[in-house]
Amino acid sequence: MNKLNVRVWRGGAEGAFQAFEVPRRESQTVLDVVTHIQRALDATLAYRFACRVGMCGSCAMTVNGVARWTCRTHVDVALKNENQLTIGPLRNLPVIRDLVTDMREFFDKWARAKGSFEGKQTRRDDFAKIRPQSEDRRQIDAAIECIGCAVCYASCDVVAWNPDYLGPAALNRAWTLIKDARDQKKTERLRAVAGDAGCHSCHTHMSCTERCPKHLSPTAGIAGLKREAIFAFTGGSS
Amino acid sequence: MNARAQTYMWVAQRASAAVLALCVVVHLATMIYAIRGGLSAAEILARTRGNVAWLAFYAVFVLAVAVHAPIGLRPVLGEWLRWRDASRDGFLAALAILLTVFGMRAVLGVFL
Repeated sequence: MNKLNVRVWRGGAEGAFQAFEVPRRESQTVLDVVTHIQRALDATLAYRFACRVGMCGSCAMTVNGVARWTCRTHVDVALKNENQLTIGPLRNLPVIRDLVTDMREFFDKWARAKGSFEGKQTRRDDFAKIRPQSEDRRQIDAAIECIGCAVCYASCDVVAWNPDYLGPAALNRAWTLIKDARDQKKTERLRAVAGDAGCHSCHTHMSCTERCPKHLSPTAGIAGLKREAIFAFTGGSS
Repeated sequence: MNARAQTYMWVAQRASAAVLALCVVVHLATMIYAIRGGLSAAEILARTRGNVAWLAFYAVFVLAVAVHAPIGLRPVLGEWLRWRDASRDGFLAALAILLTVFGMRAVLGVFL
């Protein structure tokens, strides 16, 4: 049976890669490899997963230098020519242990970007009528399927350089709400996302767009926030 | 820095970049054209002294630089040197004034 050479990060911020040999199988995902190590080779390995089908966003890791959702990444894709798989925790997040990162800051930034919906209608009001073909709704559709995996956040150089930067996922979330006709906190949200830590800090490297496993474009959302900020803040209201 | 100020700075950065793109092209093209066969200081001064069009062009050029450079330097200082407190904006304001003063001094130097 073919063997795959795997190096897995062990430890916290300080640690080292540990080598394993894992049986190579057809249609094997990176998560399959990590699960094999944990179940058959070293039960103390810490990692995170839940749905295994690309919905929950909990299994993202750094695979051969690239942040990926491991449950939907085939080993064939992660390997280039070598037979070596190097798996580490996501970048830009504190490492708790092995492949598990502390994602509090990532989600706290969603809150800081005012990433929760604020409507004003009650259950006694009629449904809001949003045409599926409307421009705003189409822009929301293009950005709404985020699973919160933090692949974009780990891939973003601006986050690495400026720890206060809200990051692509939080800004993308704010963008979907700003385009939501039912939401009532547009100006307040723009104020939260257009300061020093917000959309204007983006360098448009597009690493988030390149790496997003759901093929979203946070870069486009961030550009949209810049446009909205111009309309909101240079016209007189603040 | 609040969202309104940050937005104005972003617009100023983009607008000054557009102005600079034009100014740099005109400046380089003029230089390449003017120095064919050599050029002396006397020849330069002969063209620029009293020429209001060149005065206006380079005044705009200098002002665009004075706006563009400090705004662009701001994230560089923040991200590379971790200089993010208010003193950074004081330094950048001083830099903008210096660029304006020295730039305009040079422009007036060849106009007057």
